[in-house]
Amino acid sequence: MNNGLIIGQYVPGESLVHRLDPRTKITVIFFFVFIVFLANSVVSYSVLTLFALASTFTTRIPIYYILKGLTPVWFLIVFTFILHLIVTNEGNVLINIIGFKIYSGGVIQGFAISMRFFLLILVTSLLTLTTTPIEITDAIEDMLHPLKKVRFPVHELALMMSISLRFIPTLMQETDKISKAQASRGVDFRTGPLKERIKAVVPLLVPLFVSAFKRAEELAMAMEARGYQGGEGRSKLRELKLEKRDFIIFALFIAVVITLFATRNY
Amino acid sequence: MDITFNHVSYIYQANTPFAHKAIDDLSFHIPSGSFTAVVGHTGSGKSTLIQHLNGLIRPSDGEVSIGDYRLTNNAKPADMKELRSRVGVVFQYPEHQLFEETVKKDIAFGPENFGVASEEIDKRISRITADVGLNEEQLERSPFDLSGGQMRRVAIAGVLAVQPEVLVLDEPTAGLDPRGQHEMMEMFHNLHEQQRLTTILVTHSMEDAVRYADHVIILNNGTKYMEGKPEDVLSRKEALQRVQLDVPEMVQFLDAFEKKFGKKIPFRRQSAAAIASEIRDRLREGDRYE
Ligand SMILES: Nc1ncnc2c1ncn2[C@@H]1O[C@H](COP(=O)(O)OP(=O)(O)O)[C@@H](O)[C@H]1O
Ligand SMILES: [Mg+2]
Repeated sequence: MNNGLIIGQYVPGESLVHRLDPRTKITVIFFFVFIVFLANSVVSYSVLTLFALASTFTTRIPIYYILKGLTPVWFLIVFTFILHLIVTNEGNVLINIIGFKIYSGGVIQGFAISMRFFLLILVTSLLTLTTTPIEITDAIEDMLHPLKKVRFPVHELALMMSISLRFIPTLMQETDKISKAQASRGVDFRTGPLKERIKAVVPLLVPLFVSAFKRAEELAMAMEARGYQGGEGRSKLRELKLEKRDFIIFALFIAVVITLFATRNY
Repeated sequence: MDITFNHVSYIYQANTPFAHKAIDDLSFHIPSGSFTAVVGHTGSGKSTLIQHLNGLIRPSDGEVSIGDYRLTNNAKPADMKELRSRVGVVFQYPEHQLFEETVKKDIAFGPENFGVASEEIDKRISRITADVGLNEEQLERSPFDLSGGQMRRVAIAGVLAVQPEVLVLDEPTAGLDPRGQHEMMEMFHNLHEQQRLTTILVTHSMEDAVRYADHVIILNNGTKYMEGKPEDVLSRKEALQRVQLDVPEMVQFLDAFEKKFGKKIPFRRQSAAAIASEIRDRLREGDRYE
C-alpha cells in the first residue's frame, strides 16, 4: 500500500483559494480549460502560466507535494513532448543524427503542447486539493439545478456522488486492513506468477464486498431512521454564498482572459 | 523468539502534508516465552507497533529484531513468508478477513499458503476447532452464516492453524460477550503455556493484563510510558490516570480498603479469594502484627 495517498487529495487549509466558493472555483477552472487552447504565443502562454502559478502559490500547499501528486502524469507530459519532436517537420533542422532530423518547429510545438497539458492538470488538481468533496458536490448540485426542470434527478445524483466520495477513504482503509490480514496469512500480492497474483485478489475482494454491502445497508437504515425522503423540501446545512472575494476573483479571471486575447500572436 | 525494538519510529504518509508520527523512538525487549500486555489509550500506536512484528510495515527509523529477522527502513528479511509463518497475528475484528465458502476452507487457508501438508492441516483443524470452541458440524457451513462471536473464533482458528511461535493478539476479545471474552482469554493463556508461545496481547482490559501477562508495556502518544511487571506498573494509580487508564479493580479495592481501615495490603496479583483470606486472617489476629 502507498500509505493511502490519493492524487489531488484534499489538503485542509485556510488560504484564499480554500475559502472561495466552490462554484467560483469550478467555473474559473471550467473556462480555464478552454482558454488554455487559445494560447498560441510566448506572451499568451506566459499569461496563463503566471495565472496558474499564482493560484498554486496562493493555496499555500507545499509545492513538492503538488508536484509529487502529478508524478503519474509527468510521464504523459514528457511523452507528448517527445512525440512532437519526432513527428513534426517544420522549421529549421536543429540536429541531424544519421538521417533522423529534429526540427525547430518540433521543439516549439512539443514545448507548447506539453505546457498546455501541464497547466490543465495543475489547475484542475488545485480544485480537488483545496475543496472538500462535499463542497464540490454541493456546488455541482447547485449548478445543475436548472436541469431539474427537465426532470433530471439532480439531487439524487449529488447524493450518490457525495456518498461515494465519503466512502472512498473508508474503502481504502478497509483494503489496507484486509490486505495486511491476508498477507499475515501467507498471501503474496506482490511477487509470483501472474495467475497466482490474480488468485490472491479473491481473499481481498470478497471481504471488501461483504463489508461494503453491510455498510450500504446500515447507511440506508440510518438515513431512513432519521427521516430522509429525498430532495423535496429538504433544507441545507451548508448554504453556498458568493462573497466579495468571489467577485474579485471573477473580475481578475476576466482580466486574464482579456489579456490572453490581446496577447495572442505576440 | 526474542523481540527487540531499538529506537523505532514510524511515520504514516511520510513526506506529505498528512505525515503523522504514530510511533516515536520506542525501545523495549520482549524475552522469548513471555506473555506481554501492550496497553494504551486509543491512538497510542498499539496497532502500529504490532504490524512491525511480522514485517507488514518497516520502521521509518530504528531497528526491529524478531529472533534472527531484522527490519529497518531499508532492510527486510530475505524470507518474509517464513517470518509470517512464525509470527501469527490476530488483528482487531479478525472476522472481517473471512472469505472462503466453508469454515474449514477458511481455517486451512493460512497453513496451505505456508505449505503445510493437507493431512497435517486436517489434524490441526480438528484439534483447533475444539480449542476455540467451535463444533465439527460448523466446519462445513459458510462462515457468513455464523454469529459475530463464532466468526471471530473461525478467524482466530485460521491464525492458530499455522502454529506460530509468536502469537500477536490485537484486542482479540473486543465486542464479545463477557463469557466469550473470558473463555477466549483462558484459551490463549492455555495455548501460551502448553506450546511455550511468546504472546503479545494488545488490550484495553487492565484485568486481563493483570491476570495473564508477566510483562506490561504502557504506550502513550507513540512513546513508551511505563514498562515492567504487572504488579508494579498496574498499581500506580496516578501515573496511569494521567494517560487516561484505570488501575485493575483489585488495586482499586485494596486502595479503598487502605483508606477505610488504614491497613495496607500490598498488591501481588492475588486473586479475589486470596485477598479475602488475607483480610480474614488480619481480622482474626486483630492485627497484632501491624
Ligand atoms: N493507515 C494510517 N494512516 C495514517 N494514520 C494512521 C493510520 N493508521 C493509524 N494511524 C494513526 O496513527 C496513530 C496510532 O494508531 P494505532 O496504531 O491504530 O493506535 P491504537 O491501535 O493504539 O489505537 C493514530 O493517531 C492513528 O490515527
Ligand atoms: Mg488499534
